[in-house]
Amino acid sequence: MMSRAIKARSSAERRVLDEAGGLRAMTWVMAIMLFLTMLAAALGLATAGAARLLDRQLVGRLTVQVVDGDPVRRDAVAARVLAALRAMPAVATATPVDRAELTRLLQPWLGSDGADPQLPVPAMIDVDLADHDGAAAARVAATVRRLSPIVRVDRHESWMSPVNDVMRSLTFLALALVLLMASATAAVVVLAARAGLQTHHATIAVMHMLGSTDLQVARLFQRRIALDATIGGVGGGVTALLVIAFIGIRLHGLGSELLGGVTLGGVDWVVLALLPVAFVVLATLAARVTIVRALRHIL
Amino acid sequence: MAKRRYGHWHGHQAGESGRNHVMANIVQFENVGLRYGTGPDAGPETLADLSFTLRSGAFYFLTGASGAGKTSLLKLLYLAQRPTRGVIRLFGEDAVVLSRDRLPGFRRRIGVVFQDFRLVPHLSTWDNIALPLRVAGMPEVDIEQPVREMLAWVGLGDRADARPATLSGGEQQRVAIARAVIARPEILVADEPTGNVDPDMAERLLHLFESLNKLGTTVVVATHDFHLLGRIPGAQMMRLDRGRLLDPTGSLRYPPTRPE
Repeated sequence: MMSRAIKARSSAERRVLDEAGGLRAMTWVMAIMLFLTMLAAALGLATAGAARLLDRQLVGRLTVQVVDGDPVRRDAVAARVLAALRAMPAVATATPVDRAELTRLLQPWLGSDGADPQLPVPAMIDVDLADHDGAAAARVAATVRRLSPIVRVDRHESWMSPVNDVMRSLTFLALALVLLMASATAAVVVLAARAGLQTHHATIAVMHMLGSTDLQVARLFQRRIALDATIGGVGGGVTALLVIAFIGIRLHGLGSELLGGVTLGGVDWVVLALLPVAFVVLATLAARVTIVRALRHIL
Repeated sequence: MAKRRYGHWHGHQAGESGRNHVMANIVQFENVGLRYGTGPDAGPETLADLSFTLRSGAFYFLTGASGAGKTSLLKLLYLAQRPTRGVIRLFGEDAVVLSRDRLPGFRRRIGVVFQDFRLVPHLSTWDNIALPLRVAGMPEVDIEQPVREMLAWVGLGDRADARPATLSGGEQQRVAIARAVIARPEILVADEPTGNVDPDMAERLLHLFESLNKLGTTVVVATHDFHLLGRIPGAQMMRLDRGRLLDPTGSLRYPPTRPE
């Protein structure tokens, strides 16, 4: 009974503003804005996630080089370093890089000369830390350096920091895009509300004379814009989610270790799903504020 | 009070008389002037030195030549305009300094029949008449009966679904009147309500106003039609000439007479 009364009231209110059925321009604008916003947000969330993953992976990886022209001394120091590393609780694995593998890596630059055993190629040890944090990596690096002056430690974190910087820049760019889109959406709503006021000027004047409050008039526009935003939001949002899921599947299929990190977690999907709701709320509030402010100038 | 104002319309024409029950001042103008525009754009005073009172439950005709200021005076009455000087007391309160937030409450106590009807073009007859009740927040379930009765009262029971564009001038006029009175206003202000209808319909509409007046509503009708003035026993007349009431004392004359 109550819902029928509310439905009847809602239907009566809809008639006051001469709401035509079907989709309006505002619905399409909201759908497009939300589609683009969700793509930007997905990019931001994915790059932020990838940057975090890269951080976690790289901060726990070191390469130890033993550099000496004397192969015997080099190998002796390398063995000592390897033993020391394996004895450290902070180290999960310490793996010497195979000589054949090094030769293969050098081949593009040195050709078959890279296989010469007299070539002073450093002995290398790949280290994975148990705890992926910067402090542990720094402690292990310092300990290993103290073992011999011919030991060098490269933290992978520093190699990949430019990549990480790019990812963080992409994240901030995406955030800026989302904010820009939200502002543009609010601006579109403000324009639409003002246009609506112009269009329905005569009706609003009559309603005022009949004793309508500003909030009653604003509610009519608010409800209408919220409806447009909801329809547009659902359309644009669902399309965006499908596109994002498709791109995610394609990236996953590439098998790239770097791009494989560009994925969305459960929280990211929830954030994306909440964006349409946020846009509807934003549009509704923008409409309400615009209408109420405009009506204040009318007696 | 709300019950009385939004009560159903049974027996409107059964001779109920509320006209003389309460005769307090419902409207009071003191040295009121109105000038449109401000600064260098300000025009001459459209209304000047208006001082008069309207008694609650009385019936008034407002007459005067075109441009005399009738519509401007009505606008002051139904709070569409604030005066540039003077004091207007409405329902015992100073309407000139009334805050904007309080205007809707006052306007709901005033019914207005506009000269150009101002029906909402995309709403049906039913919805146009129901609008004041919806604005007042009346539940939908309670709206049906008063609207149905009002439609019957103005003889438009069979045009409930018609849009204003499909109604004749007289029918639109009756919808406008029904809309103005459905919420049982304390004051009814009508601007040339018979201007678009034939004499028979004019008399019928006037009879509607009289019925409402008998229920206690103060009625102010602006009209050019001097034939109507004698049709309401006990009605009083205000004559405007170039923005001033002709009688310098501001008192109202009865019986109405045709101006020179």
